[in-house]
Amino acid sequence: MIWDWAFAFEILPVLASAAIVSIEATLIGFALAASLGLVLAVVRIAVPWTGWTISVLVELIRSTPLLIQIFFLYFVFPKFGVVLDAFTAGVLAIGIHYAAYCSEVYRAGFDNIHRGQWEASVALNLSAWTTFRDIIIPQAIPPIVPALGNYLVALFKETPLLSAIAVLELMQTAKIIGSETFRYTEPMTLVGLFFLAMSLVSAALIRSLEGLLNRRTMR
Amino acid sequence: MTEQPMVRFDNVSKRYGALTVLDGLNLDIARGEKVSIIGPSGSGKTTVLRMLMTLETINDGVIWVEGEPLTHMQRNGKLVPADLAHIRKIRAKIGMVFQSFNLFPHMTAMQNCIEAPITVLGMKRADAEARAAELLDMVGLSEKKDHYPSQLSGGQQQRVAIARACAMRPKIMLFDEVTSALDPELVGEVLEVIRKLGREHDLTMLMVTHQMGFAKEFSDRVCFFHAGKICEQGPPSELFGAPKNERTRQFLHAVLEAG
Repeated sequence: MIWDWAFAFEILPVLASAAIVSIEATLIGFALAASLGLVLAVVRIAVPWTGWTISVLVELIRSTPLLIQIFFLYFVFPKFGVVLDAFTAGVLAIGIHYAAYCSEVYRAGFDNIHRGQWEASVALNLSAWTTFRDIIIPQAIPPIVPALGNYLVALFKETPLLSAIAVLELMQTAKIIGSETFRYTEPMTLVGLFFLAMSLVSAALIRSLEGLLNRRTMR
Repeated sequence: MTEQPMVRFDNVSKRYGALTVLDGLNLDIARGEKVSIIGPSGSGKTTVLRMLMTLETINDGVIWVEGEPLTHMQRNGKLVPADLAHIRKIRAKIGMVFQSFNLFPHMTAMQNCIEAPITVLGMKRADAEARAAELLDMVGLSEKKDHYPSQLSGGQQQRVAIARACAMRPKIMLFDEVTSALDPELVGEVLEVIRKLGREHDLTMLMVTHQMGFAKEFSDRVCFFHAGKICEQGPPSELFGAPKNERTRQFLHAVLEAG
């Protein structure tokens, strides 16, 4: 028989603890991506002379493979005296990579804000900081939640890349089990099922968050 | 005139590329004066307000507010372009009401009115709310304070916008075609609030309007703009009653014909 239930149940606890590492990497990575992306988008508008630099930076990050960026942070940075453990380097690379994408999403959100909102903020003499915090960001975020949510799921599905620098996340753990037991069917299937389940769950969560935000803002 | 003007446009020009929108504008507005600006579209009349609100930069000249430069600041006896801190200090004296209201849609009427007093003036929330309640009462919208803009009619939104601008206690209020986006039956309620504001407060008011009847009745002075210049100005009785300039006559004829 190709599928061995007993073996599947035997490796389940190991995979479950590895899944926690995957989820941790996703959550920390996305928190970094969402906040750094917002900072990039805000700075680009608030400090106009940074526009060109940020555009180049974003384009550079988006146009090179994430795997290369992970390797760069983990293997090349130590040459410059910056030594990161595998998890930190990996999560940092994922976070920065997706921050570049998120910043474009935020930018689209800001572009959609009517010019009159900026002008009213000037007429009320609000500072740039207050304008972003109280006027622009609260209006810009709800419409872009679906786009940000897509990147959350995409980021999650890219965490197996961390296996390349031996972070003990799901993929790496499944590979180790496979090479030790010469059975790949069960670990790989279980890992695939896990990603499927988690992606479906997060998509559902994002949809309900979207509904909640729409109810709150579209009165 | 012994007292210095509240606002002075000193040879101010505004250009967009090759297009000159305002050409060497000189205009003094006295404290408490109500000035209406009329003229055909494209004559630069809205630009006057937008420059004073610092929504547009100027290419030439200096704008003064209460004897202090708005667009510039003094450094070593010379006028240099103003930095943001200086602009914000002078700009605090000016409020503006827009054609398209520009209320913050995610905030209630009350929240719209307390946002700037709390974050800019540093007022305590309770004080800001008390003041906003007075102002919403003045514009006749006490019972709508917890409504969001989308739950209000155009006329009500514009009245909230007036209350919001007043909450910053400006000395100069700018009204940019504030009734143009309203259904005809809602125009009256907004004009009534502006009338009240003119009576109850010692505000300097500058308005761009197409409501000739209101301009005639309300303002101390009317300026007719044409092609980036003041073509004719004077008390409403003169400008509407006996316009001297041919272009003014043509414009008034066309507008009164239509309206």
